Amino acid sequence: MERLPPLPLSKSIEIAYKSIKVRFFRSLITTTSLVLAVAFLCYIQVCNNLANALFLTGEPTALQALVKAGFDITPQTTAIGEDAKQQWIVVLSLLVCVVGIVNAQLMAVTERFREIGTMKCLGALDRVVLLLFLIEAAMQGFVGATTGALLGCVSGILSSLSSLGTALFDSFPLQTLLLTMLKATLTGCLLSLVGVIYPAIKAARMEPVEAMRVEQ
Amino acid sequence: MQHSIVRTTDVKKSFQLGKHQLEVLKGISLTISTGRYISIMGPSGSGKSTLFNMIGGLDKPTSGKVFIDEVDIAQLDAYELAWLRCRKIGYIFQTFNLIPVMTALENVTLPMTFGGTGNDEAVERGMGLLKQVGLETRFSHKPSELSGGQQQRVAVARALANDPAIILADEPTGNLDLTTGEEIIDLLKQMSSDRGVTIISATHDFKMLNVSDEVIWIRDGRIDKIEKREELNISVGTIDER
Ligand SMILES: Nc1ncnc2c1ncn2[C@@H]1O[C@H](COP(=O)(O)OP(=O)(O)O)[C@@H](O)[C@H]1O
Ligand SMILES: [Mg+2]
Repeated sequence: MERLPPLPLSKSIEIAYKSIKVRFFRSLITTTSLVLAVAFLCYIQVCNNLANALFLTGEPTALQALVKAGFDITPQTTAIGEDAKQQWIVVLSLLVCVVGIVNAQLMAVTERFREIGTMKCLGALDRVVLLLFLIEAAMQGFVGATTGALLGCVSGILSSLSSLGTALFDSFPLQTLLLTMLKATLTGCLLSLVGVIYPAIKAARMEPVEAMRVEQ
Repeated sequence: MQHSIVRTTDVKKSFQLGKHQLEVLKGISLTISTGRYISIMGPSGSGKSTLFNMIGGLDKPTSGKVFIDEVDIAQLDAYELAWLRCRKIGYIFQTFNLIPVMTALENVTLPMTFGGTGNDEAVERGMGLLKQVGLETRFSHKPSELSGGQQQRVAVARALANDPAIILADEPTGNLDLTTGEEIIDLLKQMSSDRGVTIISATHDFKMLNVSDEVIWIRDGRIDKIEKREELNISVGTIDER
């Protein structure tokens, strides 16, 4: 008996892309929690980046503005970063986000059991199904995380502007902000992939007989 | 004696339902030769779909063996099994099972893609197949934009995508009205005589009797009787109310 050749990656990407495009609203639901979590992460960090840049100027007026805005500044302070409470909340929000993704993806697998079973009847290997779900998640993750990072960054700048004033722009830390956004985006992609692993394995292990099941 | 494309030896299948063991197939042995049009007939719940899954390599028997082209399919690894499902067998389902997010043409070319056929060739052959089932103008339609009969035609084209030796159809007319069902049966018959593909169809639709070379009657997980075309002609008149 012959063996099936592997499916080219470009084909998998094409199939995954179509699947997302057609199920746009489904993808939107899966991605929303990711957008929000990444936006929150990015927002917190951008606010701190901006405050820190202002702090590092050492100007007395800048320090006054920071204290007025509620930052704890003592003579020992050397930099402004997230405090323990903020870190906690960010980690929690990311955790909630992953759980949300797992949940949404499990629902997607359940909804698509017939499609997955049929693909297996047509000769899709377990790894092809696994890869399809991973690619879909990577695409959703990338779009969602980028959107979230942009949202978070913009709202972070606006909120800092209102609390710290336009003095912000004299020490605008462009590079740091870009780096923060990049990190937030990568974190989002990673979360999206982590969230899909279990559902994707479940889909890949699905038996082709599932396709035959007729609802009674 | 023609070459036998499908052979089963004493196939049994049980399902575990809680503590209870339900034996659905109680020893099925049959030989199907190449190019025939076979109907597996039997009342609902007699085990037709279960047998269909065994022959199609979609499920494993509890005991007994299934040979496709004289190869024991229990011995195949995942890649060989995928090849068998992709190239050797075409499946047609009662519920059509087209991929909802893909167009008619994409549905037909999907098995070719899995089988390693290049894009251009797949599109060309896919259009040819859609033409054969009379849907070449609908190639860009999604399944939801097609009627049940049209969806099943696309499914027939998809089943033929890789020029399989066997087409397995489980109640292909089960979700169709009378005339559309007849059209699908005629289409299958035509494919069987044009291409020499072996067609095995599980059904309780008596319209199938007219076109079958051989009818395997299943009752309660056992073969009740096997009737050849010649013997059938006599009984068709009495069963068929058409
Ligand atoms: N996965 C399963 N688990 C438990 N029982 C099953 C399963 N599949 C089929 N059966 C039982 O096996 C019997 C035969 O089913 P099936 O092969 O679908 O019959 P048919 O296709 O002839 O209507 C039925 O009683 C059905 O309930
Ligand atoms: Mg059935």
